[in-house]
Amino acid sequence: MIKSAEDLRRLREEAKALTNIRAGQGVEIIVGMGTCGIAAGAREVMSAVLDELAKRDMTDVRVTQTGCIGMCEKEVLIDVVRPGETRITYGRVKPQDISRIINSHVINGQIVEDLVVAKLD
Amino acid sequence: MQLYRAHVLVCGGTGCVSSGSKKIEQALTDELAKQNIDKEVKIVETGCHGFCEMGPIVIVYPEGTFYCRVAVEDIPEIVSEHLVKGRIVQRLLFKAPVTEEQVPSYKEIAFYKKQQRVALRNCGHIDPEDIKEYIARDGYEALAKVLTGMTPNEVIEDMKKAGLRGRGGGGFSTGLKWEFASKSPGPKKYIICNADEGDPGAFMDRSVLEGDPHSVLEGMLIAAFAIGADEGYLYVRAEYPLAIKRLKVAIAQAEEMGLLGENIMGSGFSCRLHIKEGAGAFVCGEETALMASIEGSRGMPNPRPPFPAVKGLWEKPSNINNVETFANVPVIYLHGADKYASVGTEKSKGTKVFALTGKLRNTGLAEVPMGITLREIIFDIGGGIMDDKKFKAVQIGGPSGGCIPEQHLDTPVDYDSLTALGAMMGSGGLVVMDETSCMVDVAKFFLNFTQKESCGKCIPCREGTKRMLEILEKICDGNGVPEDITTLEQLGKVIKNTALCALGQSAPNPILSTLRYFRDEFEAHIYQKKCPAGVCTAMLEYKIVAENCKGCGACARVCPVGAITGEKKEAHTLDTSKCIKCGSCIEKCKFNAIVKG
Repeated sequence: MIKSAEDLRRLREEAKALTNIRAGQGVEIIVGMGTCGIAAGAREVMSAVLDELAKRDMTDVRVTQTGCIGMCEKEVLIDVVRPGETRITYGRVKPQDISRIINSHVINGQIVEDLVVAKLD
Repeated sequence: MQLYRAHVLVCGGTGCVSSGSKKIEQALTDELAKQNIDKEVKIVETGCHGFCEMGPIVIVYPEGTFYCRVAVEDIPEIVSEHLVKGRIVQRLLFKAPVTEEQVPSYKEIAFYKKQQRVALRNCGHIDPEDIKEYIARDGYEALAKVLTGMTPNEVIEDMKKAGLRGRGGGGFSTGLKWEFASKSPGPKKYIICNADEGDPGAFMDRSVLEGDPHSVLEGMLIAAFAIGADEGYLYVRAEYPLAIKRLKVAIAQAEEMGLLGENIMGSGFSCRLHIKEGAGAFVCGEETALMASIEGSRGMPNPRPPFPAVKGLWEKPSNINNVETFANVPVIYLHGADKYASVGTEKSKGTKVFALTGKLRNTGLAEVPMGITLREIIFDIGGGIMDDKKFKAVQIGGPSGGCIPEQHLDTPVDYDSLTALGAMMGSGGLVVMDETSCMVDVAKFFLNFTQKESCGKCIPCREGTKRMLEILEKICDGNGVPEDITTLEQLGKVIKNTALCALGQSAPNPILSTLRYFRDEFEAHIYQKKCPAGVCTAMLEYKIVAENCKGCGACARVCPVGAITGEKKEAHTLDTSKCIKCGSCIEKCKFNAIVKG
């Protein structure tokens, strides 16, 4: 029940989480979903990403997929793109690495160096 | 809260529903479950996207990929390729008509590029049955601003500054209308939304109600506060069941949230809104007839004055605005009157939604800034004429409007320029006609409509439209006489000046404007007994061109009356006394051996 203009504004902040994904802003996490990626466990990594974001209530992060980019050896590959920063590709990612990547890179901007396989401008 | 990595927006506007979007939504639900990603991907049923020609429309976010003409069979591919593997299904993307280039994103499509969506800002982007999605896009913020920080007079002054004019047809200043109603004394006043959209070819109001019902409710509440009303009605035609359903959901949700009803947002302002379903009479779009209908009387207009602002519904001061007008209202208070007035021409501010129909490549809804030219609307947004035929005229403003020919296509569109051309903005229906349309026939079509919809209360409209229609029928049947043109003009002027309501006063417009620009076609019908476009069957004769005829017999087989005879592999003959001029033979003939004229 909205009893004041402040109530409305509070509700709006909550409601924005519902539609943020359609705004096309914020950090993007791209999961490699080629056949190679899926064989190496990309589905599990994808689930881990979504679980971690849900746990932290991070509704402004976009999670997308991409096909094989050739480094099949290094799958599962995931990319993190922070607006205005270099696109970072992590390789041989396991579901248990996700918490670290999100906490350190997505939230705090600290690249997880030991998992990086490429940096793209 | 459940977190989704992708949203799939399925258009649930009436256009896309009729091309099968409900089945697509079901198939999508099933397929997501089958591929086990139903917890990650959310399906959102939205209102109309406007590009109905390309429906059913499906948009996938976060990428914003625009898939068009999606079929149930395409769903497994969209799910497994795009939603699982992230590969866009190229073949379902919109293809640019000339370059044949595939356009992945919504914003890059020519149909949308020149548009500026204000009234349609949320249509196609939100779930109309979830008030939270409207609130997320600043919904009800304008109402909050008005209720907590403005006086009714300030609200009216801002509206006057914004320069919004009624989008339903007349183009009267909304601010002035509110001012009149607010100045009328009395404790009880009504706010009314006219959603009795009846012009042939116009469907913008339906789309707003189906796609963004809360914007209309919010606009009504702001208006109610401005004039001092505590109760209101939405008069919606019963032919719009989906709009009525979504409005009911919207009203229930707004009441539950405390945004409608008693003491809204703790401001002390209260307002209740009801839906009244109309029974499909065109004349009930006229405000005095509309109010009579709400009161339970027969829907017939009454003379004005007294205007509704003085003596309206149940003899109380009332204010009536149209759906599109109300949908514009919140934007004015959200972003400021000056910002709103910065778009458009000197006397027509803001944007207008046009319903593009007829012989166009891209039919649908387009919202454009006032002052854009008709050529831009028809050729850039509408994609030009189908099958590369030649443009002849555009009928604008429905049965109250007129036909505008090629030479005036570069006129900037606003209320006054269109009136000067003998048409009118009306509700914004645009019916585009090519060289195969007969202008006498078009005039007859619109007059036939108004004549049938005339309520019969005043003589000029009841008798005058009937007589004019008889003359037009006579001309189309090949029995026209030279005096008919002057009689039509005379009758037209009399009806315009003497009919009781706007329906009658504007009924002759389609004829007067076609007489003004296409007089030669009337004359050809009358003097040469010829229909130049080949539409009026009474004046046509079908002939077989012997040298083109291969004697295949296709025409003879399709002729329903056996008028075509001939030996195999020899030129056939057509018996004109039997021919009913249905045109089936022309459609069937592959050798252009049959001509009419």
